[in-house]
Amino acid sequence: MENQYAIEMLNITKKFPGIIANDNITLQLRKGEIHALLGENGAGKSTLMSVLFGLYQPEEGEIHKDGRKVEIKDPNDANALGIGMVHQHFKLVECFSVLDNIILGVEPNNHGFLQKQDARKKVMELSEKYGLAVDPDALIEDITVGMQQRTEILKMLYRDNDILIFDEPTAVLTPQEIDELMQIIKNLAAEGKSILFISHKLNEIMAVADRCTVLRKGKYIGTVETANTTMEELSSMMVGRNVSFHVEKGPSNPGDVILSVEDLTVASKVHKNNAVKNASLKVRAGEIVCIAGIDGNGQTEFVHALTGLDPVVSGKIILSGRDITHAPIRQRSIMGMSHIPEDRHKHGLVLDYSLEDNLVLQRYFEPEFTDKAGFLRRNNIRSYAEKLIDQYDVRSGQGPVTIARSMSGGNQQKAIVAREIDKNPELLVAVQPTRGLDVGAIEYIHKQLVAQRDAGKAVLLVSLELDEVMDVPDRILVMYEGEIVGELDPKATTQEELGLYMAGAKRDEVKA
Amino acid sequence: MKKNLLKNDGVQSLIASLVCIVLGLFIGYIVLLFINPTGAGNAIVTIVKNFMTYNRPQAQLKYMGNTLVKMAPLLLCSLSILFSYKVGLFNIGAAGQYCAGVALALYTALGLGWSWLPCMVFAMLAGALLGCISGVLKSYRNVNEVISGIMLNWITLYLTNMLLTKVKEETSPYTLVLNTTNPNAVLPSLGLGKLFNNNQYVGLAIPLAIIIAIVVLIVLEKTRFGYELRATGYNKNAAKYCGMAEKRNIILSLGISGALAGLGAAMLYLTGYEQWQCSTSSVPGMGFNGIAAAFLGGLNPIGSIFSSFFIQHITAGGAYVDKSMYCSQISDLISAIIIYLCSFVLFFKTVMNRGIAKSEEKKARLEKQAALSANTEKGGDN
Repeated sequence: MENQYAIEMLNITKKFPGIIANDNITLQLRKGEIHALLGENGAGKSTLMSVLFGLYQPEEGEIHKDGRKVEIKDPNDANALGIGMVHQHFKLVECFSVLDNIILGVEPNNHGFLQKQDARKKVMELSEKYGLAVDPDALIEDITVGMQQRTEILKMLYRDNDILIFDEPTAVLTPQEIDELMQIIKNLAAEGKSILFISHKLNEIMAVADRCTVLRKGKYIGTVETANTTMEELSSMMVGRNVSFHVEKGPSNPGDVILSVEDLTVASKVHKNNAVKNASLKVRAGEIVCIAGIDGNGQTEFVHALTGLDPVVSGKIILSGRDITHAPIRQRSIMGMSHIPEDRHKHGLVLDYSLEDNLVLQRYFEPEFTDKAGFLRRNNIRSYAEKLIDQYDVRSGQGPVTIARSMSGGNQQKAIVAREIDKNPELLVAVQPTRGLDVGAIEYIHKQLVAQRDAGKAVLLVSLELDEVMDVPDRILVMYEGEIVGELDPKATTQEELGLYMAGAKRDEVKA
Repeated sequence: MKKNLLKNDGVQSLIASLVCIVLGLFIGYIVLLFINPTGAGNAIVTIVKNFMTYNRPQAQLKYMGNTLVKMAPLLLCSLSILFSYKVGLFNIGAAGQYCAGVALALYTALGLGWSWLPCMVFAMLAGALLGCISGVLKSYRNVNEVISGIMLNWITLYLTNMLLTKVKEETSPYTLVLNTTNPNAVLPSLGLGKLFNNNQYVGLAIPLAIIIAIVVLIVLEKTRFGYELRATGYNKNAAKYCGMAEKRNIILSLGISGALAGLGAAMLYLTGYEQWQCSTSSVPGMGFNGIAAAFLGGLNPIGSIFSSFFIQHITAGGAYVDKSMYCSQISDLISAIIIYLCSFVLFFKTVMNRGIAKSEEKKARLEKQAALSANTEKGGDN
């Protein structure tokens, strides 16, 4: 009998000190199917894929390829078995051309001299066969994120991989690009490739996958045919309870203007042009305003200028009636600005500090935590940390003394949210606060944002996730190439319309 | 229980340091074997014994005192390295800051005739100033502190030679003898000299150095300032994000680092144990040895106390090696090999951790198999 599975991961168990990341998990990928792997952050998806890729050795369990047991000791073994992966963050050389990136590592050569002609022919053939439009001579830094992703896919195909792993592939794409990608994935499967699709977006899974395996807290929950299930069923399998997709919130009651940004211009760090150009906006007490846009359109620079991490070129920032354009970060913080940063590892946490030390990162200098002689009041820090951990349900191995690095992404984010909200700010700047988090944590953080709004605070949300942009805010501002090109009412607009603004195809004159 | 102990960071540092020491001695022994096989065993024993080579306890005490006298400045230099390292900076300029300390300590003592306390303070300030220069360059112009440190080392060395030429003996390149020129500037003995068979050099410096090590530990671990410094060292971006004055912290930490090195110089030269040679053409090794002492001590101020003593111990021991069998540079060579190995502490820690993880994995697997076979046996019964 011919084996119907391309890859089988049987009873995989992988332990780390204090945690079982994968507990007896079985994943069977049929030939030519699109198989989704669904789970919250910390559910063990990454660990399982790392096992498949040879980065970790499981304590138990076996991996079978085409019915034969195989040993995957390192990524080279995985490659040799035809397993390829598109990582969430692309692994491309920015200043190389598309073609150079594709052949990188397997360069066809004759005694050390590159033979690119054959490679080019093969790439063009693959590109045509699967509908992967790329310009082989364009530099990576000049092409769109969508084309970069297609380059990554071609990289796998060029290596004759027949098992393709996509790790959260839609996170960086516009709605239109997502549609294209879904079509590409279907084409690949139709040509006989077997596809593993890691995602936490249920609508995508329903749209593209044949079957879906769900993990929760390191355990195997089940595998279902998407044709016979619903989004509700999948989500309750994933989090173990029913989750509302829609953010519950009443109408907003905007009050006084808390934040007013006037004609803000910010320099770019990577090119000579300004990253933000004459952007103006107002955020009132009791409303959530969202800056939407595709990654890299000036949102990061805007927030850095707003929070004081980078200087402004021109323009004004006014917080609660006071000009803070050139105020130091600490002063902005004391005046009531909280900032949930985009990159929690780069800015949000000192990863080698304990959880308690991270929880007082914005307040350690207050008399409650430092005595007059400059010594830390360790007891107060401990009890404050315990209070926050309890109140915001931050889970960790050893409580307040857990090293932040060892915590899961969701709990790290919860710790940051707890710290920033407990400061009782006037303005909460939340940049991609749910990036990489699971449905349960996303729901929790959205509730916190709405609660801040209802408590009369101003909330400025910066998001790349369309669902979040549509669901959470009271107003949407779209940023395109450093300018605010549209103001939309989330109740009155559609994802398609939003997509047109985000892609720069449509723009209005927006007055703050 | 035993496993937990091995996983403890402090225990690991200790074991790694000991492994480095043993390995260093072993390699040193092999080098001696190559040069002259007959005397190698004796020589290595001599190095390890240091002041114990003397038979009379009186002499042993006296020379142990000498080792301690030189340990104090080394300890300060290792604290200097350690302090900036906690902020994520590598203060290779400690050597030059030490040198500046020598210059100011000796010039104020010999040239201006001040008493020891202001001399010491000025030595500290000189070191601090140099550290701050590196710090300002680093924080405002992003100049790598290693580069600016190395260049300042040489600048300082020649400035020191120039300045101290004003207070040198007429017939030799050495500075005037401190004890006869200005006894007021000699660090007080506090009666400690008597304990070491009237070693005139033993005094305030040694207990002061140990106290400073403890103060450094407290500042780093218990105070708001230390919290900020370590946060800056671990994650500069997060420190900036939460409004810490990272630029000020970089300058301050290099300044304090420099003050420690400068103070170390005063602790040695204000005992009168050494005179500065005004034709010195290389930066004194004390600052560089401080790097080794800091790493051998597991980057812990208390560990530094022991590692500084050890390094000074073998360096002094090297001087007793039989010069008829080995050339006179052999002592420097052997201690250099050991010091070199000392900087491998972090490497050995990594290796050790990997070993522990592997053995645990293996143990878990064995347990699993045992449990599995037990199960199948049971199954067989049914």
